[in-house]
This record gives sequence, C-alpha cells and structure tokens, in this order.
Amino acid sequence: MNRLIIKGGRFLDPVAGIDGIFNIYVMGGRVASFKPAYADTTEITPGPGVEVIDAKGLLVTPGLIDVHAHLREPGFEYKETIRTGTLAAAAGGFTSILCMANTRPVNDNESVTRYIRKKAEEEGVVNVFPVGAVSVGQNGERLTEMFELKSAGCVAVSDDGMPIVDGGLMRRALEYSKICDLPVISHAEDPTLAGSGAMNEGEVSTRLGLKGIPGAAEESVVARDIALARLTGGRLHIAHVSTRGSVELIRMAKEEGLKVTAEATPHHLTLTDEAVLKYSTNAKMNPPLRSSGDVEALRKGLKDGTIDCVATDHAPQSIMEKDIEFDRAANGVVGIETAFSLIYGLVAEGLLTLNEAVSAMTIEPARAMGLDKGTLRVGSAADIAIIDLAKGWTVDPAKLRSKSKNTPFAGMTLKGVVEKTIVGGKTVYSRE
Amino acid sequence: MRFKGKDLLGIEDLDASDIDLVLSTAESLREVSEREIKKVPTLRGKTIINLFYEPSTRTRTSFEIAAKRMSADAVNISVSTSSVVKGETIKDTAKNLEAMKPDCIVIRHSASGVPMMLANYVKCSVVNAGDGAHEHPSQALLDMLTVKEKKGAIAGLKLSIIGDITHSRVARSNIYGFTKLGAQVTVAGPPTMVPPGIEKLGCRATSSMDDAIKDADVIMMLRIQLERQKESFFPSVREYSRLYGLDEAKLNRAKKDVLILHPGPINRGVEVSSEVADGPHSLILDQVTNGVAVRMAIFYLLLGAAKE
Ligand SMILES: [Zn+2]
Repeated sequence: MNRLIIKGGRFLDPVAGIDGIFNIYVMGGRVASFKPAYADTTEITPGPGVEVIDAKGLLVTPGLIDVHAHLREPGFEYKETIRTGTLAAAAGGFTSILCMANTRPVNDNESVTRYIRKKAEEEGVVNVFPVGAVSVGQNGERLTEMFELKSAGCVAVSDDGMPIVDGGLMRRALEYSKICDLPVISHAEDPTLAGSGAMNEGEVSTRLGLKGIPGAAEESVVARDIALARLTGGRLHIAHVSTRGSVELIRMAKEEGLKVTAEATPHHLTLTDEAVLKYSTNAKMNPPLRSSGDVEALRKGLKDGTIDCVATDHAPQSIMEKDIEFDRAANGVVGIETAFSLIYGLVAEGLLTLNEAVSAMTIEPARAMGLDKGTLRVGSAADIAIIDLAKGWTVDPAKLRSKSKNTPFAGMTLKGVVEKTIVGGKTVYSRE
Repeated sequence: MRFKGKDLLGIEDLDASDIDLVLSTAESLREVSEREIKKVPTLRGKTIINLFYEPSTRTRTSFEIAAKRMSADAVNISVSTSSVVKGETIKDTAKNLEAMKPDCIVIRHSASGVPMMLANYVKCSVVNAGDGAHEHPSQALLDMLTVKEKKGAIAGLKLSIIGDITHSRVARSNIYGFTKLGAQVTVAGPPTMVPPGIEKLGCRATSSMDDAIKDADVIMMLRIQLERQKESFFPSVREYSRLYGLDEAKLNRAKKDVLILHPGPINRGVEVSSEVADGPHSLILDQVTNGVAVRMAIFYLLLGAAKE
C-alpha cells in the first residue's frame, strides 16, 4: 500500500481541537496516524511507494469544502468543465465541492446526476457532490424526484440561479425533502423586486445610471423561507447571503432553533459595490456586491456563526458574456482559486481567527450539507490542504486554472498561497 | 490648452477649469455659425465617427454640423441595438472602428458605461453623446453655456431639475456641472423617480414642485417617457402633469426672471405647457444653437488645440 508522510507542518483541525506541529501518516489514501513531530522518532525515508512532503513552516488543514460551485458541465463546456473546474478547485485548496444544478440539461433527474458523477470520477481531481434541482427544469413548477436524486448521489437540492418565486412550491420542497434529509439551498431573490437591476441599489448605481437591486429583493425571500422552515421543519440553507437584513433574519431563526444554515462568498465578504465604479463587468454577480455596512454585517455574521460557512459561488463566464454592455453582461465571478487567500485576508486583518477561517471552509460547510468530511481522524480519507501563510501572490487571470477568467480580483496581491492539495492521499495540485 | 484626458466621457470627471475652458472656447466659436461661410479650417483632415446605437436625430445632427463647421469629415453610423451581432464583444467593436483610423468616435448608447468601455480599447478620442441613464456631457455643457449667456455667470445661481431624475443622464451631468461651477442644484420629482443617494452627487432632493421652483433662477424640465407609466413610476400622465408639469399657474409662483430649459424633444402639455415652452422665459431654441457651439469646442479641445 502506498504511503504518504506529511512532515513537520502546522496541523490545524478545528473539530479535533488540534493546532500543533505534527507528522501525518497516510496509508492507502486514508489517515493512518498523527504523531507530534517532537516525539516522532520514526525513521522517515522516501522510496518506492513512500512519498514524503516536507511541510515545515506550512499550514496543514483538512481539505477545503465548497458548497456552491458552478462547473457548467454538461451544456456550457465553453465556460468550464468538470475537469477544469476541479483543477481550479484543487489549486484553491479545495478537496470537495458541490456543483449546482443549472446545467443544460438541468440536473433534475438521476441520469444527469450519474453523468456528472461519472465524469467527475474519470476526469475530475477533487470530490464532486452534485446538487439536484428543486423543480423540473428549474421551471419552478413541479418537484423533482428527490429520493432518486439522492440515491444517484445528490447531497442537496437547489434551483440556484433561478429564484423559487412560488412560495407554495418552496413549502412543498422543504416538506418533501425531509424524506431523504436533503437540505434545500435557497437562492433568495424576489425577481419582481430585483427587476432588471444590474447591481446593488444605492449611491453607486445612481452615479453610474445603472438599475439597482434593493436588498429587500433578497431579504423578503429570506424571511419567507425562514417562515417556511418554521412551518415545515425542513432543512433550509441560504445561499450567498449579501445583506445586513438577511444576516439579522438568519440570526433570529437560529436563536429560535430552526434548521437554518447560511453561506457567504469571499467576494461579498471583501468587496463593496464600489468595485463596479468603472463598469467592470467582472464585478457583476447575483446577488450583487453591496454596501460597506452589509459587508461589515456579513463579517460579523461569519465571526459569530450566524453565517455558517464560506462558499465561493464560483461562476465561470466567457469573455463573450462579460465584455459587453454592463446591463447585458452575465452575472458571476470565478472564485474558487482566490477564496482561501481572501478569507485569510480577514484573519490577517484581525477580523477572524485562523481557527474560525479554517472552520468556515472545512467542517462548517460539511456539517451544513451533512457530508462526512471536513475533519481528519484516523481512518478518514486523506483530503488535505497545505498552505503557505507567509507567502503572497498577485492574481493574474491568465494564470487561473479555471477556463474562465472573470475575476474582480485581477492584479490584487493576496496573502496565503496554496502549496499542495491532496485528495484521498493523492497529490492533485502542487504549486509550480 | 487642452483637456487632461483624450476623451470626454462625463462631467463627473471634469473640474471647474475644464468646464470653463469648454464654455469660453464655445463662446469664441459661436460666431462661426453667424458667418456667411460657416466654416473654419481647424480640423481639416480629421475623421469623426458618429456612432449612434440609439436613434437621436437632434444630437447626431448637432455633432455632425459641429464637425463640418470645423472642416472635419463626419461619418454617421447608426446601429440598432437589436441588430448587434451576438458574440461580438466591446473589444471587437472597438478594434473594428479603430481599423478605420478615426480621430474621434462620438458614441450614443442606451446602456450606461459603454463609452467608457469603448474608450479603454481605442487610442482615438471618445466623446459620450449620452449613455443610458449615466451622463450626457455635451448636453450639460450647452445648458451651462446657455445659462451663462443669459445670467453672466453660473456661480450663486439656483437650478432646479424637475421630472424623472432616475432615468435621466441629462440630470446627472447637469448636477455635476452646475455644482462644480458653484450653483445650488435641487432635483424634484415623484419619489419613484428620484434615485437613492442622489444627494451624494451634490444636490438637494424634494418631491415638492413648489419647493423646487419658488427660489429657482433656472428651471430645467426633463422629458418624461410615457411608457414609465406601465412600470408604475407614476399612475397617470394626467396626475403627473398636474403635480410636476410646468404651466403658467406654477410659473407665476417662480421668480420673475426665471429661465426655463428643456433638453427636448418636449411632450407639450405633459411636462411643459405650450404657453411656457413658447413663452418669454423659455430658452429651448438657444439651447439648440449653443449645442453646435459647445460640440465645436469639444472637437477643438480634443482634436485640434494641441497643434497650435
Ligand atoms: Zn445563486
């Protein structure tokens, strides 16, 4: 059996409460043992079947988990494929990702789910967990066969990309999904309030003469969905929370003990709508970048656990969809390769502890989606990220692994460089 | 003297001295249009492309006449946005135009921001002839020129802009321009059509027409798009007109020497009554005349001044 030894790194696992210098022994793709480096007298010699990674001075964590990525395959392979999307994920330190159902065809039946899983097994480099649609064709009319979706490998259901306008359908989804204990991920947006808005409604949209999307377009649906979670007892997960009002609603729902979890994206945690000031379509996404007050509320929410986890909403778009008029340009940013560094930036600013940041990107997303991942125990699959916190890097879109380059962070220098990503004991990314 | 940048994209980017420069240049060029031979050779050999993605005979004609009076070659390209080729990026469009070696592209587009995106890709000058609800800098400059001509100066005046502020590029450019020159600007309209944060642009906002007109030295009436009624921005033209239309009764509550501007074309009887539009306070035709002078000045400052 192949062996891998990760030597002398700072191993941080929030669940186990470990933060120290350890040697990690991996055998047959699983964690065999942890030994405190100072007490480890084992003779370690690399050789055939024995790989040794010297992690001295580096951070070693459970592999990162992203509960919100768009891999675009099947149907939009010119934007991203399962291959390129998982390579990008690996470069970002992610070892497990959930992929959204808004492909073509929509992942609304088990054959599409099986196709995605097969592709991921053959061509992907990280664990891919499909999210099934809530409604057939994401048309917001009829429920999908959730039990079959789950049997085929879906771990959650969502019409993400399309809001569920019909409150009655959302209610049935939250009720019916209880059969198979699938969380329902809500893209909370009232399209009648969002209208044809292209960015956050406020001073910046007024300056730019762009139609705005008020925070109320999100908050009113977050409030509705929380009321439905209360009514049904279903598992509700709010995707990409972007406003202060939503954070407050979720905080109250949690205090009440409802089964509600939530995520926020690195871009909503670090940018405001001022990023749009030069009509940069790479700063256009849905929900839009909000005000500094919203960003502050999201950060506080992440710190106090109201926002359970960080999720990227990695949404590749080609130049054909982005280098056009701002109001016609497609929504979405790629984010899976910049996520860790941006969240580590919050640590460097003193807003989060490293433990909180790692937790929000490992165990918390796993818990929200019910995945047996996000922590390393003896016997766990060896999904591991190795990161150099001391090093910085400048975001160069041309160098991103993702097929699409629509990042609002181009040219920015970020701290925290992913050195290696290991999935099931196999190194799937190694920085050149 | 010359503009700092190569383009004229908006009044927000200008400072008071830039604006003064355009106005004084326009004042000196105004007499060209009074000559028997209305032409100066200043921009001979320069090519100006008028690229209009939105139909606007008035503005396009004004730019075209301005170019011709400066002896530049003006080419008009009208594109309907519905016929824009899918898959063509702004960069593609820019590179195609640039291959024709123009010295200046004048662009009108229904989407905010397109002139700025275009300017990033081309080496020649770009003049924004109106983009979405963003800016219409030449309109604001001609408005300032018109007011300056009548009042002598802009500083200290009170300007009220009335109507659909949300969708108006004319309002935005004028808020920036008049405040930069020291005027106090008030915007007024139904709260559905006064956008959030408009005060941050430097003006005061109110929903009361009386409040807006009582101390105003200049009243600028905006054109209302009748289709906005369908989106519930206002319930009926009748009620809009009653509350925010300028007729003689309301005009009687304004200053005796108040000036009335309107960027045209007017919905007679909706935002302005015919008596007011054709009355002694109205400067609507002066605006048109000054439009040519201001656009001549813009071309001169962007394309010609450096050589002298
Ligand atoms: Zn979404």
